[in-house]
Amino acid sequence: MKEKDPEKEKRKIKSAARMKEIMTHYYIEAKTADQSGKKVAWITSGGPVEPLIAMEVIPIYPENHGAMIGASKMGKDLCEKAERMGYSSDLCSYACSDIACSPINGGPIGGLPRPDMLICCTNICGTVLKWYEIQARYYGAPLFILDTPFCHTDFPEQAKRYVRRQLDEYMDFLEKVCGRKIDYDKMKEVGKLSIEGQKLWKAVLDTATHRPAPLSAFDAFFHLALIVTLRGTAQVVEYYTLLLKEMNERIDAGIGAVENEQYRLLWDNIPIWYRTKWLSEKFASHGACLVADTYTSAWCGSLEYLNENDFIETMAEGYSRIYLNIGIDKMAEIVISLIDKYDADGIVMHSNRSCKPYSFGQYDIQKIVREKRKIPSLIIDADMVDERFFSESQVETRIDAFMEVIKGTSARE
Amino acid sequence: MTHMDILEELKRHPYEYARKYKSERGRPIVGYFCSYTPEELIFAADTLPFRLFGTGEHIRLADTHLQAYCCSLVKGALEDAMTGRLDFLDGVVFPHTCDTIQRLSDIWRLNLPLGFHMDVVLPVKLNALSSRRYMIDVLMEFRRNLENAFRKKITDEALLDSLNTYNRIRLLLQKIHDLKYEYPGVIAGEDLHSIMMASMIMDRSELADVLERIAGDLESRKNTSPSPPGERIVLSGGSCNLLDIYGIVEEAGAAVVGDDFCTGSRYYEGLLTIDMNPVEAIAERYLTRNVCPAKHSGLSTRADNIISVVRERKAGGVVFVLLKFCDPHAFDYPSLKGALDQEGIPSTLIEIEDQSSADGRVKTRLEAFIEMLKRKDRKEGELSGAGK
Repeated sequence: MKEKDPEKEKRKIKSAARMKEIMTHYYIEAKTADQSGKKVAWITSGGPVEPLIAMEVIPIYPENHGAMIGASKMGKDLCEKAERMGYSSDLCSYACSDIACSPINGGPIGGLPRPDMLICCTNICGTVLKWYEIQARYYGAPLFILDTPFCHTDFPEQAKRYVRRQLDEYMDFLEKVCGRKIDYDKMKEVGKLSIEGQKLWKAVLDTATHRPAPLSAFDAFFHLALIVTLRGTAQVVEYYTLLLKEMNERIDAGIGAVENEQYRLLWDNIPIWYRTKWLSEKFASHGACLVADTYTSAWCGSLEYLNENDFIETMAEGYSRIYLNIGIDKMAEIVISLIDKYDADGIVMHSNRSCKPYSFGQYDIQKIVREKRKIPSLIIDADMVDERFFSESQVETRIDAFMEVIKGTSARE
Repeated sequence: MTHMDILEELKRHPYEYARKYKSERGRPIVGYFCSYTPEELIFAADTLPFRLFGTGEHIRLADTHLQAYCCSLVKGALEDAMTGRLDFLDGVVFPHTCDTIQRLSDIWRLNLPLGFHMDVVLPVKLNALSSRRYMIDVLMEFRRNLENAFRKKITDEALLDSLNTYNRIRLLLQKIHDLKYEYPGVIAGEDLHSIMMASMIMDRSELADVLERIAGDLESRKNTSPSPPGERIVLSGGSCNLLDIYGIVEEAGAAVVGDDFCTGSRYYEGLLTIDMNPVEAIAERYLTRNVCPAKHSGLSTRADNIISVVRERKAGGVVFVLLKFCDPHAFDYPSLKGALDQEGIPSTLIEIEDQSSADGRVKTRLEAFIEMLKRKDRKEGELSGAGK
């Protein structure tokens, strides 16, 4: 057997094994739901999962499925299959690859468990609406849409009232599909756990403000899965407590995610799932660590609007005012606050042709950041799942050139 | 100049019309996107609602704000605004529809000091009780915002006048289209296209008069009009920039006898109820009208609608028109096609990048499709003949 590199071993996050265990167990439980009699709901990544947890419905995230498809490099094949089904290659590759899995039980886990219902929250994009309509038709399952009006500059009272009313409609929908009443005491408890989980996730991400950062954005992409899928359960609280402890130990021991961290960068947009390892190593070879990102921080970004003692009442605002549901000037403010908080030397933006609401406006954000913080930025043109839109040599050249600029800027300071 | 000549001129030079209109009448001009902009309120504020289609000429400045995977409507409109071609506008209204228009609004607000900027964030789902209430709230807020922008009260009386004008326009557009569908030779598809474009740009009171005369002309010559081309086609999909597809289809040997475009039937279908609160009447029309795929009103509404249009108009097939990078329409296409297949209705798809790409390739495809429909007709004719 090959000797393990002690340097690499030291940098490995040990909690990851526990995380894999939890996720495996979660998917096994979901895939055998028909035997346990539990209901399965498909839900968007930004959707309000807490009522599902309170109703003991198993939440399934097709976007997480998309990420798995990308990471296991099955995106190209599945997207091509979607094209043969009539879906344009310009459409979201999460949606296309997931839609293509359904009739063939394809993908890395042999297809997602059949939904008893679908919950679509429009706070992340308009694409999820189409995606969920398609899957609701395919599976003949009822669809609930939580419509969170876009907050260009503010979140007006009438929008808040509208989302609040829909939450009642949501509860009614769940009670009807599940055939029993929601337990509001349980709901309160789940709300508290959800907020606790988000706070812990935030604390985990915050540890990267330390130099060297004990975890990178690439690590965060992996550990994110729990706050997305099982938010509102005690398991999440338990796991992130463990992870936070490990991060603090790493800080104490001076272990960084990247060996000899010299430059600190910010990542914008959804990861390029089939190239995370390559990108991580590429940046690390320049002594650069991606210390924070706009993507994983979105799952603790609306804590300021939520009240743990009044979860249902504050959910409307908490679920509407999330990163992708606000104007690009507000997004730029958040990017700048991340730059300041993490002391970033540059920003790497993934122009993701699959995600228009995340990518359109990046050029303007880039400009605002350049004016206000005078740090360099790099735009990588790619796609989160479909490898056909990734040119390794081109990206490599651009990263090398960008890192030269970063090194030059840092040297002058 | 005939009435049609006036409209054609307007189609060729919409911005010149706007500039002249403004200098001669002194009336403010409000740019807007999409059929979910409540035009009735803009018109009631004594201003001209002017739909933006983007000319798509030499995209240069817009490329510094939007990536290559953005549709030509949005890029074209941004380019026109950034190069000053839209300097006659007093403000722009952005209804919330697709993700691209949503971000265009942000980019526009941050980069273009062109008068006022209003977002009308209507609900995405239209079939819930909560959405109806919210829709009315948003429309009332839009009314207040317009009043503030123009320092002018929009009275119920003015609004009622506006509703009546729009009903008159929509009835006339419906009548003109009905005539076309019944007597396809009575008016060329290209002229229908000019009429639709002018309808979203021209002074609405004058438009109503012009449409009335055109409808009268068509009515009087319907029985003497040349015999229609053989195949009857329904258009479906996205034509937010009002592609001049009608002429191309007719050149390829068919007549357009129906559509579900937001710049076509969805623009004029559904009348406003006059004996109710006028703002609620506008909401009611939006809630009951056939939807844009960026909105939700059930899982089969669009498919049911297109099938019923094909049946009603006795069309032989459907041509799907997709504007490249338009996600909502591209997502709906496979299931709409599937629904047509099940009904035995043939269809074909053409994807268009912008007006200039509606070229020979598209025509060849259409000709092949129409040829196939003709063969199918002949075969069915023979079969029914044999059964007699």
